[in-house]
This record gives sequence, structure tokens and C-alpha cells, in this order.
Amino acid sequence: MTELKLPSIDYAAIAPILIMLGTALLGVLVEALVPRRWRHLVQLTLALLAVLAALTMVVLNADERIITAGQALAIDGPTLFLQGAILVLAAMALLLIGDRTVERGGAFVAQAAVTAESADDRRQAEGRNGLTEVYPLTTFAIGGMLIFVAANDLLTMFIALEVFSLPLYLLCALARRRRLLSQEAAMKYFLLGAYASAFFLFGVALIYGFTAGIPGRSAGVDFATIHAAVSESPASPVLLFAGMALLAIGLLFKAAAAPFHVWTPDVYQGAPTPVTGFMAACTKVAAFGALLRVFHVAFADANWDFTPVLGAVAVLTMLVGAVLAVTQTDIKRLLAYSSIANAGYLLVGVLAPSRDGLSGTMFYLVAYGFSVLAAFAVVTLVRDADGEATHLSRWAGLGRRSPFFAALFTFILLAFAGIPLTSGFTSKFAIFGPALEGGQAWLVIAGVLTSMVLAFPYLRVVVMMWLSEPGESTPTVTVPGGLTSAALMIGVLATLVLGVAPAPLLDLATGAAEFVR
Amino acid sequence: MSNFPFLSVLTVAPLVGALVVALLPRHRPELAKQVAFVWSLLVLVLSVVMWVSFKAGGDRFQFRESYSWIPNWGVNFTFAADGIALVMLMLIAVLVPLVILASWHDADASKRSVPVYFALLLVLECTMIGVFAAADVFLFYVFFEVMLVPMYFLIGSYGGHQRQYAAVKFFLYSLVGGLFMLAAVIGLWVVGGKTFDWQALSQVDISTGTERWLFLGFFLAFAIKAPFFPFHTWLPDAGGAAPAGAAALLVGVLDKVGTFGILRYCLPLFPEASKWFAPWALALGVIGIVYAALLAVGQNDLKRLVSYTSIAHFGFIGVGIFAFTTQAGTGAVLYMLNHGLATGLLFLVVGMLISRRGSALISDFGGAGKLVPVLAGVLFFAGLASLALPGTAPFISEFLVLIGTFTVNKPVAVIATLGIILAAAYVLWMVQRTTQGTLNPALTEVDGMRRDLNLREKVVVAPLVALIVLLGFFPKPVTDVINPAVQATMDDIGKTDPAPSVGGTVQEAAK
Repeated sequence: MTELKLPSIDYAAIAPILIMLGTALLGVLVEALVPRRWRHLVQLTLALLAVLAALTMVVLNADERIITAGQALAIDGPTLFLQGAILVLAAMALLLIGDRTVERGGAFVAQAAVTAESADDRRQAEGRNGLTEVYPLTTFAIGGMLIFVAANDLLTMFIALEVFSLPLYLLCALARRRRLLSQEAAMKYFLLGAYASAFFLFGVALIYGFTAGIPGRSAGVDFATIHAAVSESPASPVLLFAGMALLAIGLLFKAAAAPFHVWTPDVYQGAPTPVTGFMAACTKVAAFGALLRVFHVAFADANWDFTPVLGAVAVLTMLVGAVLAVTQTDIKRLLAYSSIANAGYLLVGVLAPSRDGLSGTMFYLVAYGFSVLAAFAVVTLVRDADGEATHLSRWAGLGRRSPFFAALFTFILLAFAGIPLTSGFTSKFAIFGPALEGGQAWLVIAGVLTSMVLAFPYLRVVVMMWLSEPGESTPTVTVPGGLTSAALMIGVLATLVLGVAPAPLLDLATGAAEFVR
Repeated sequence: MSNFPFLSVLTVAPLVGALVVALLPRHRPELAKQVAFVWSLLVLVLSVVMWVSFKAGGDRFQFRESYSWIPNWGVNFTFAADGIALVMLMLIAVLVPLVILASWHDADASKRSVPVYFALLLVLECTMIGVFAAADVFLFYVFFEVMLVPMYFLIGSYGGHQRQYAAVKFFLYSLVGGLFMLAAVIGLWVVGGKTFDWQALSQVDISTGTERWLFLGFFLAFAIKAPFFPFHTWLPDAGGAAPAGAAALLVGVLDKVGTFGILRYCLPLFPEASKWFAPWALALGVIGIVYAALLAVGQNDLKRLVSYTSIAHFGFIGVGIFAFTTQAGTGAVLYMLNHGLATGLLFLVVGMLISRRGSALISDFGGAGKLVPVLAGVLFFAGLASLALPGTAPFISEFLVLIGTFTVNKPVAVIATLGIILAAAYVLWMVQRTTQGTLNPALTEVDGMRRDLNLREKVVVAPLVALIVLLGFFPKPVTDVINPAVQATMDDIGKTDPAPSVGGTVQEAAK
């Protein structure tokens, strides 16, 4: 009988992950043991403290460059940078999730199982306190994302994918109002997400097969083995290509890239807006973190094979996002298509095969996360008696009614449009520069052309808010409580600071932009 | 005094003023106007001091300052001015106070905040100064794009009929051009070894194919901005819808960024490509001269008419630039200045007429000179300056462009001369239909038409009239500054003027 060797684990290095998952479990206990009226406060404090603690650990680990837990987790520059980004953005999202002043009882349903549109449902919408299970769900999701960007083999990556996806499916279904839309969103996201996971797993199996038979190595799905197999494996490259394609489908689905994007507008629209913001910011970071690691570490030597395909996906994504954004009449759907187009720009960064490309992509992820969270924060504020007023025609003349919030939103939209002195411009530059340097001129040109198209829908919203007269149905802007205000101001300030003085974060990203192999 | 950081202070000062004005209480509009006016006067004073300290025969770029901004990308806040930029900076500094004075009551009629209007004007001044003062390509691009935002709100919030449509069209056209330029800027950065410094980039050797693409990226942006035919359709809409003061700045200064950009960036950085594309650019210029003039003849809206005349004038400037002779180049730069003065004046006067009549349609006027003789006189003068009558400043610049072009390209010069005749047609006909002839009885019923120019309006037009006459007879102070800069630009692209044939015979005679 062979002796079982336990892998050595560097607990300090993976402390952020442990903290988040531990807090999630603790949160479940809180649900069981703490009286109902205290739960909201306890859960929110717990979650925020956990994020803070995890962030502190990330900062303390800043110089860590190791692979630990066997070959399962890589704690290196990109991991730490992206974990930090996820935690900061998640903290902002938690502020939005925890807000109970904008809507009485919060943005979440009080009783998810009540039949939608029934009398009970209407009663619960009128101000009963929302579910507090959302906090453990969110912390589970954050924990999963932290593993996802650190995963150094495909199986760990798959498990992380499920750990952060399942809570998200649930969170989508918990909107306080428009329950049917919310449930539909969750169902769609779950079904399509399950397919995507299946594709991913199938891809893992094919890659495993491909790695078999290299002299002196056993088969495996850790990235070092795959990297070796790409150049040395005697197996048919068809296995490799099919495996890569299936893996990419799973990851691109999470990243909301075309043609795997169709869930995005429906889910973004149906989900409670704080959760939408959380997905748009943090899921994007996690998904692209994983994409970067898979394609820059495991398949680095196959870049001649995947670059044209991923390039085509990038162009398609930018086109679909930009063109369809023009036709939208709902602000949440518009932001969803804009997020799809941004996934396209990020893919351009993924395909820039240099250190600058990697750091530029990471910079973009952070900059976009801040802006998009601020944008959704404003969306939660514009409301009438039936909740959020998301139809664009309702935003007419908002600049007259509440110039301050309209000005903030205009600034965010100008950032999305890539006007200089906003982070939208610097982050585009951070990606297009290395891409052009890497010989991907066609991707840059496609990016520039779609940016032109995409400017139109943003501008239309600006016109609506400032140049149109307020109509009778123009909703009021709720003056937000402390939590939403904090999230909104952090997002706007970050958008400005990263646009005017991006050097510190760029330095940080450049310093972090090297994978351990 | 020459060590004083003129350019950065000039750029930042209007922005500070804008913040101050914007923070003034909304119910004290008069205070906001006064603060804005005084602030712009201070900027003017500083500019005059800068003009005096500029050494006409000295270095090509003076007042150079550089501060680090984004070291990772080699971006610096680098400011420097050559003679061309200096002239444009003076034009801005002169026009903005006059525009503020002329727009005194423009914002009152709208339901929007009055202080914000004047704050936007000052923000616009900041970005305009920045764009001409920048000597770092990235910094230039930043100002080039940010400039859109205040103008967009000036047109969209305070404009007249169809302002929304015009504002969006203006913004999208400019943004499209800007994004083409962004691609070219990034490309230039990559081939130039990751620097944005103008002087470093002008030393870089670029392969022919790349150079042409980069030239195209920049040229498209500038051609849309200027605007040259066929990218001009946004200007009549924007000029027609903008409030008169903003329109004067739009056409008088903002559009010069396009021609200035060609002179500063396209020619020196991509000399070979410039020569290769020159015939096409000349063709666009000539078409613009004739086509826009014909359209101007047919306009019934005063502001749209002035916008079309500007497109024709930009055709002249384009021809002057791409003729590649010092005379034509100097003429083009002088044209940029004179056109700013003449068209600025024309726009402001037309604005005064329109605000009195409450209509911009020529057919609503007729014989207005009998009611407001001084105003009509100034309109006539502005029109004559616009058609480049000898004795007014634009004549010199137009003449220089034409003779400079004639020495190298006779057909273009001949066709362009046609533009002068057409200019006479649209200006004189416009003046005749509005202020001459029998009095339109409807005019007497409008209260405003009984008030001739008041003191404030006289103060607005007097300096412009004086400058146009002065520079018409004595352009030397300006040409002394422009000439070396143009000469240096021509050296950059390796063009020398053809030897005058008269000079040859003199030499032979001397033997």
C-alpha cells in the first residue's frame, strides 16, 4: 500500500480565501442563531469586516510568489492584484447590497418562495425587511472568485467556478420587485451557466487526455503539465484544440463575450441592481483573471493557435455589444450591452502577449469595476412608487430635477465613452497600446471603430438627462443613505483619479504582472 | 520674465476662474458675468505680457515647461509655443472677453443657470489654450477631446432651434475624428519608442506605409475638426444652433485646432506622407472653397450662412498649408488669425441682429439699416473683411495664400481665386437683403429693432474693427512671429520655395 503524502499548504498565502469562506459559513450560523432584527446589522458588519481582513492579508502577502497546496493554487502577482481588486469592488458592492434607506427593507425580497404577483407578494414588497441570506451567499461568491483567480489547475478552477456561480444564480432571483423578471433571470442564468460549466468540464477531460503520454511525466490538469504537454505531447493536437475551445466557452460565458453573451442583458435587467453591479464588476475580474492565467500560463506556447480565434471573438463581442447598445431603451440593458462591449476590449488586452498587456488588462478591470459599480449605484437611486425607473424615457430632464446625481452619472458615461481625464480613457490606452505593439493592429482598429458606435448610446442618455425637458413621469432621485453614497462617491472618485493620475495603480499592476509557473 | 511659466498658468487660470464662477450663487447672475469678464481680461493681460516676451527671432519653441505626469507611458505635461501657437493663443485671449461681453444677456433668456454658462465659456478657454500650448502629443489629444464637453453643453443647453440635434452631431463627428486620431496616437507612440514628446517624435524615422496610415489618422481628425469638405456637415448645424458667442468661438478658434494640428503634427511628424497626400488635400481645399461658397449664397439663415463662409475660408487655409511654400504657409497661418477676427466679428454682429429681431432668417429682415444704422454699418464692415477687401486684414492673408500657391500650382490658385468672386456674392447679397433696400414693415413692429448698438456692444465690436484695420495695413508684428515658425515647418518636410524667376534675371543682369 502506497503511503499517502499530504501536500504542504502555505496557510498565510491562502488566508484571504479561508477568511471569506469561513465567514460565509459563520454567516450561515448567524442566520440560524441570531434574532431576526439583529441579523442585517450583524451580517453586514461581518461581511465587511471579512472583506477588510482578507484585503489586509492580500496586502501583507504582496511579495508572495509561490505555488501551494500541491499544484492547486498559485499565489503570485496577478493573483494578489486581482484578489485585491475583487475585494475592494466587493466591498463597494456590499455597501450597495446592505443599503436599506433607498428602498424600505433593502433591494431584496423578504420571502422568496411567495408566488410572484400575488397579494402576499405585494405585501412583502411594501417594506418588509429583505432576506439576510444574501450576505453569506455574497461572501461565498467572493470566496469562490478569490480561488478562481488563484487556481493553478483546471479542476480547482472548475470547483471555484461552481462555488461562485451557484450563489450568484440564487442572488439573481431575489429582487424585491418585478419578481417574475427576477426569477426568469435566475433561471436563464442557471441553465445557461450549467451548460457552460459542462462545456468547461468536458474541456478539462480532453486536456487531461492530451497530457497523457509525455515521457517522464504523469498526466494531469495542472498548468505546468499542460504547458509541457503543449510542446511535447505525442497525442493528437485535435484533443488540445477541442479542449481549449471547450474551456474557452466556459470562461467566455462568465466573461459575457459574444456569442456566449445572450444571458447578460436579461440577467442584468432582472437581478437586483446591487447584485448586477457586483456581477458586472467582480465576476468580470474573476473571469478575466482566469482567462489570463489559462491562456498566458497553460497554453502560452499555443498562442499562434488561439490568438486568431479569440481575436475574432473579441471583434464580434465589441461589435455585438456596441451595435445592440444603440437600440436599448432600458438603462440596465444598455449597461449590460456596454459591459459586453467592454468584455471585447478586455479580450484585446488578453491577446497582447506582453507584460504591458497583462498589466493593462488588470488596470482596465479595476477601472471598469469602479465605474460600473458607480453607474449601477445611480440606477438604484432613480425611482418612483414602483421601484426603480429603468426605462430611458423616464430619465428625461433628470438633470433639472437633481443636477448633482445627473452630473455624476454624466461623468461616468463620459468615462465609458473614453473621454480623457477619466479612467475610461487611460484604461483603453493601457490596453490598445500593448495590443498594437504586439502586432494586433486589427483588434485596435476594431476597438476604436466600436468605441465610436458605443459613444452614441451613452450620449443619448446624456441628452435625455440634460437637454430634454422633464416630463410628468420623470421620477425623483432618492437621496441615498450613507452606504450607497459611499459606494457611489468611491466609484466616481476612482474614475476621476485613475483618469488623471493613473501612475500609482499602473506601477502596481506592472509590478504584479508576472505569473509564477 | 521669460522664465515665468506662462503657458501652464494661462491654461490653468481660466479653469480656476470657471470654478469660481460656477460656485457663485445662481440668483446673482450679474456678479457671475462680472467675475467671468474680469477673469478673462486678466488672462488677456497675461497673454499680452507673454507676446511681448516672445523673441521673434529666437528659438522655434519658447516658454518650454515640462512636468512628469504618467511616467509609465512617458507622458509629460509639456508646454511650448512656436509663433503659430502664440498667434492663436493671442486670438483666444482677445476673443474670449469680447465674447463674454457680447453674450451678456444670452443666457438670461434660457431657463438654465446663468453662472454655469459663463463658467462653461471659461472652461472652453482653458481647453483651447491647452490644445495650442501642448507640446506633448498625449496632452494635445487630452485637450482636443475634453474641449468637446464644454462646447457640447454650450450648444445643447443654451442654443437655439434644433440645439439637441446640433449638439449631438457636433459631439459625435468630433469624437469619431478623435478616435481615429487616438489609434494613430497609439501607433505613433509604439513606433516612436514610447515617448509622446513632440521634439523626440519629430526625429523618428517611420516606414512609408506606417507613416501614411498614421498621417491619415491624424488628418481625418483634423479635417473633421477644421472642417474640410466632405466632413463639414456638422458645422452649419452647430454654428446655426449655438448661441452667437459660442458660435464665434467655435468657428473663430475651435475649428482652427484642425488646421493648427495639420501644421504642427501632420506636416513635421509625417513629412513624406504629407507630400504624398498633398494633392488630395489640395483638391479637398479647392472643392471646399467653391462648394461651400455656392451653398452660402443659397442660405436663408444668417448663422448658417456665416458657417458656410467659414468652410470656404478653411478651404483657403488648407490650400495654403498644402502648397508647401513659405508665402502660402504664412498666409494660411495669418488667415487663421484674421479669419478668427473677421468671422468672430461677423458672428457677434449677426448675433446682435438676431437677438433684436428674434429671428435668424434673412427674409425676416430688409432695410434694417434705416432702423439701426451703426449696427448695419458694422455688419457691412464685417462682411467686407470676410470677403477679403484690400485694406482689411484678411486680404493680406488671402493674397499671400494665392500667390504662394500660384508659384507651385497654377490651376489650384486659379480655381481658388474664383472663391473670391463667390465670396463677394454671398456677403454683398446677404448685406443687401438684410440692411439695404426698402424697409420691411414687420421690422418696425419689433421693439428690439429700434435700439441701435449700446455702449456694451460698441465696446465689443470696436477692438475687433480696430484690429482688422490695423493688421490690414501693418501685419508686420504678426508676420515676424509667424514666418520663422512656418519656415521651420517647411524645413521639416524638406520643401524649399521655388526660386523667383525675376531674381534670376537680376543676377544675370549683374553679370
